[in-house]
Amino acid sequence: MSVKDRVIAIIAEQAVLEPSDVTMDSTLEDLGIDSLGLVESIFAIEEDFDITIPFNANEPSESDFDISSVAAIVAGIEKLVSEKV
Amino acid sequence: MNRVVITGAGTINALGHSVPATLEAMREGRCGIGELDFRDVDRLAIRIGAQVRDFDPLQQFNRQQLALYDRFTQFTLIAAREAISQSGLVFEGELAARSGVVLGTAGGGVSTWDDNYRSVYEDGKNRVHPFVVPKLMNNAAASHVSMDFNLKGPSFTVSTACASSNHAMAQAFAMVRSGMAPAMVAGGSESMLCFGGVKAWEGLRVMSKDACRPFSATRNGMVQGEGAGVFVFEEYERAKARGAEILCEVIGFAMSSDASDIVMPSKQGASRAISGALRDAGINGDEVGYINAHGTGTAANDKTECAAVADVFGHHADKLMISSTKSMHAHLIGGTGAVELLACIMAVRDGVIAPTIGYEEPDPECALDVVPNEARDADVTVALSNAFAFGGLNAVLAIRRI
Repeated sequence: MSVKDRVIAIIAEQAVLEPSDVTMDSTLEDLGIDSLGLVESIFAIEEDFDITIPFNANEPSESDFDISSVAAIVAGIEKLVSEKV
Repeated sequence: MNRVVITGAGTINALGHSVPATLEAMREGRCGIGELDFRDVDRLAIRIGAQVRDFDPLQQFNRQQLALYDRFTQFTLIAAREAISQSGLVFEGELAARSGVVLGTAGGGVSTWDDNYRSVYEDGKNRVHPFVVPKLMNNAAASHVSMDFNLKGPSFTVSTACASSNHAMAQAFAMVRSGMAPAMVAGGSESMLCFGGVKAWEGLRVMSKDACRPFSATRNGMVQGEGAGVFVFEEYERAKARGAEILCEVIGFAMSSDASDIVMPSKQGASRAISGALRDAGINGDEVGYINAHGTGTAANDKTECAAVADVFGHHADKLMISSTKSMHAHLIGGTGAVELLACIMAVRDGVIAPTIGYEEPDPECALDVVPNEARDADVTVALSNAFAFGGLNAVLAIRRI
């Protein structure tokens, strides 16, 4: 499974949606994921990819990690995964 | 001052997953203690306890809820649903704004601590689930009850070890009596039956390896249980006006501190709590027909408690009945007073006294009528519930038939 599909699967599970309902331009808010759900999603992604995401729940917009859309999250994860090796 | 009544009761414990099931087990003198069943139990010296069996959290809660609910919160919510549903109260508007929830727990989310310590120490993981803190905090159960039932008034958690539930219910009672709240949800919960929880208790060397036999000369220690008890405390006139079923009246309480030792109980501290509850209720000792004892099955507690009862009640101590239902549901620590209040309600409401089971041999230092082994029919108007905690913090409640 590609990084994109794995991230979408995790987000879909958190949002209790089918992966096909999660589009790249969706925001987490569109998908009904609240702040706790976001933190849980970040945790699940970190566990799945064995990476550490520089995400600060105090000020998500100030983090070095863009969560403004599914596409931004996927791009961020792809970068972290590529840096891992 | 308002009169205060209980209009709803709920529980889940080793004897049953509801109040009717629990009371039936108490009437039959059934024992909920058995072999413990959890990971690494073979590394424990103490392998018995009163676990809640046949309980599948997924039948009660969805996956998202369970990510946030430690077992002690799960138990609390199940008991709260039963109690609030029985009361018939729907918390909205002014009632919701002024009513709250006060719960007792000694350890809070012990198995959440245990699972996550295991994960970072034993398994060497460096990342824990983001909900560890909101799941293990001692007030998690009270907060989830407030959210599920829209309770927006005074809400908090009391932690006084084995007296936590009695202190919590005393607070709720005082708030309704004073008019501060029209109704309060109160009780307590505990779930320490996991490897770390039992291992910690093992250290004290007060746990029995075979049974809880309060007041019996052959007793050899306490046994741990788990579960929750929750009640709806309501102002009497309000309950009467809406035609609510009233389970009993709460007539008084007292709290005291031994101010002497961190684990050894004191006769004076216990006596002051018992006599204080009588004074607060405005009754004479001879009106008390039944006491649900703290009765842990340890040498220290049982002797001290019997001496305190003898001191407070004088000759009447030989006439009243005093039983320890911990012989059946074991010691629910911070939740114990709540489950034990059910036995007091059964005494005044149904005229049935729950027994002290496992009783084998009289102990001259516990020479009271401990209702050995079999439940008894009796006409009881007033009952007391004792709780004497580690740390010397005591709380006694008094209820009356209505």
